[in-house]
Amino acid sequence: MSSGLPTDGVPLADTADSNSHRNSTVTDTERELPMAYSEKVIDHAENPRNVGTLDKEDPNVGTGLVGAPACGDVMRLQIRVSDAGVIEDAKFKTFGCGSAIASSSLATEWLKGKTVAEAETIKNVQIVEELNLPPVKIHCSVLAEDAIKSAIEDYRKKQEARRTLLAGNTATAKGAVVPS
Amino acid sequence: MAIQLPIFMDYHSTTPVDPRVLEEMLPYFTTTFGNAASRSHVFGWKAEEAVDHAREKVAKLIGAQSEKEIVLTSGATESDNLAIKGVAEFYKEKGNHIITTVIEHKAILDTCKRLEKEGFTVTYLGVGKDGLVDPDDVKNAITDKTILVSVMLANNEVGTIQPLEAIGKLTRERGVLLHTDAVQGVGKTPFDVEKMNIDLASITAHKMYGPKGVGALYVRRSKPRVRIVAQQDGGGHERGMRSGTLNVPGIVGFGKAAEIMRLEGNEEAAKLLGLRERLRTKIMSSLDEVYVNGSLEHRLPGNLNISFAFVEGEGLMMSIKDVAVSSGSACTSSSLEPSYVLRAMGLGDELAHSSIRFGLGRFTTEAEVDYVADLMVRKVTKLRDLSPLYEMHKEGIDLNSVQWAAH
Repeated sequence: MSSGLPTDGVPLADTADSNSHRNSTVTDTERELPMAYSEKVIDHAENPRNVGTLDKEDPNVGTGLVGAPACGDVMRLQIRVSDAGVIEDAKFKTFGCGSAIASSSLATEWLKGKTVAEAETIKNVQIVEELNLPPVKIHCSVLAEDAIKSAIEDYRKKQEARRTLLAGNTATAKGAVVPS
Repeated sequence: MAIQLPIFMDYHSTTPVDPRVLEEMLPYFTTTFGNAASRSHVFGWKAEEAVDHAREKVAKLIGAQSEKEIVLTSGATESDNLAIKGVAEFYKEKGNHIITTVIEHKAILDTCKRLEKEGFTVTYLGVGKDGLVDPDDVKNAITDKTILVSVMLANNEVGTIQPLEAIGKLTRERGVLLHTDAVQGVGKTPFDVEKMNIDLASITAHKMYGPKGVGALYVRRSKPRVRIVAQQDGGGHERGMRSGTLNVPGIVGFGKAAEIMRLEGNEEAAKLLGLRERLRTKIMSSLDEVYVNGSLEHRLPGNLNISFAFVEGEGLMMSIKDVAVSSGSACTSSSLEPSYVLRAMGLGDELAHSSIRFGLGRFTTEAEVDYVADLMVRKVTKLRDLSPLYEMHKEGIDLNSVQWAAH
């Protein structure tokens, strides 16, 4: 619990809270059944990977923002791509249910180390399988796939713009354009 | 004080049976097990006597003049159906217009929708941002064809207490019957069928520390004498209004629960109000962008419905899964639509998705409230760190100006 907020409540609280998923007893599983959260969804939702923000002005960064607040989920997924075309870093922030958070968290894990071309082949069904998403949560995986596609598209647009700019600039100022 | 997890803060959905209620019920399962309709032997007489005692206690709780005005049912859904369909069928020669509100329970709304298919006209009154019905709207909606007005005593989601006394004056003046779904409010807020000029009222045992599967419909017997057509055929129990063998142990429990509510309700309400305010102020003093949905003034003491902006309700519930609450988020309902009650109050879908309903009750402790308040603050903070919307809000971006890709 590193939220930095006062935890002047009951000491037992923290212990019970953080242990409740580790001690995966029968009662715990039973309690989760109605909402049909898999262990993996819970793990990602409780310990989301790669939460954060990359500089969206960076030409090597692609940003995808998908979903709508009125629909109950919004995902922002960002990738930073090396000059060799490999995704060096991926970050996300998600407003949504546990499955939406888990889908985007998983997506960032998968994106890191992949080339852009490889990243493009990620399909929502793979996310569904990995996280054991129930039918009502499939839209979360679709949103994650959309977020990946949207981030790649944004990255490509920026690269395109940079190439155009470079082509125009080389005549006058060699190497003037450097990623900020 | 040690805390036992999970914590139940969903007392609007149901309540545990009070041990005193259970104790009173037990003999009626095994030793005094007769059928209350058996007129020929002592087993039947004893059962009937127990039922009549319970009936009196229920009548007393709601200020009914006679225990004969209490028709025992299987619960509030049945009571609502019986009241509305029963009145509609009996008075259809007199008129075909019914008035209700958009924030009623589905047992009322869906019953009204069915009647519309059968040729009745239904007016669904809106509510203000405060979640309250305006009596003037009722007044303006009444026509010569109006036979029934049905307005709930207290709303199940936002706990708002409707101005029934004012509405009762109007309906009585105009000679229109007034029904109320009093399920959430009975015992928690003043309710008196005489004072409020109520002609029919639905109540249920399991929202007041009685057993599930037992309820009642209050049907006024004088000034005016209300008539309804039975919706279930059979042995003619309950003065012909509701056939079916009586659930004697359940009814005994209902009676005991009603008696406890009558004797202890006021004190309990004061305690709950204190706990509710403790929860509310603790949460609101530590978090920004938190909104209470509905009037705080005209509200059940144990209800707190809050929207935590930029955090989605189901995600939040998952992160506090040792605390039982409910949410207006679409993800928690089968319809994939956010709460129709919050929408009717003019709340945007994004805030409806972010709403959590806390329901405090008889067995809620101060230590539980403190634990939950602290947990909410930590988890909301954590989820906001994860929320792109909160980040955008902090950057000064107006989220309404963003072109969102609907999906």
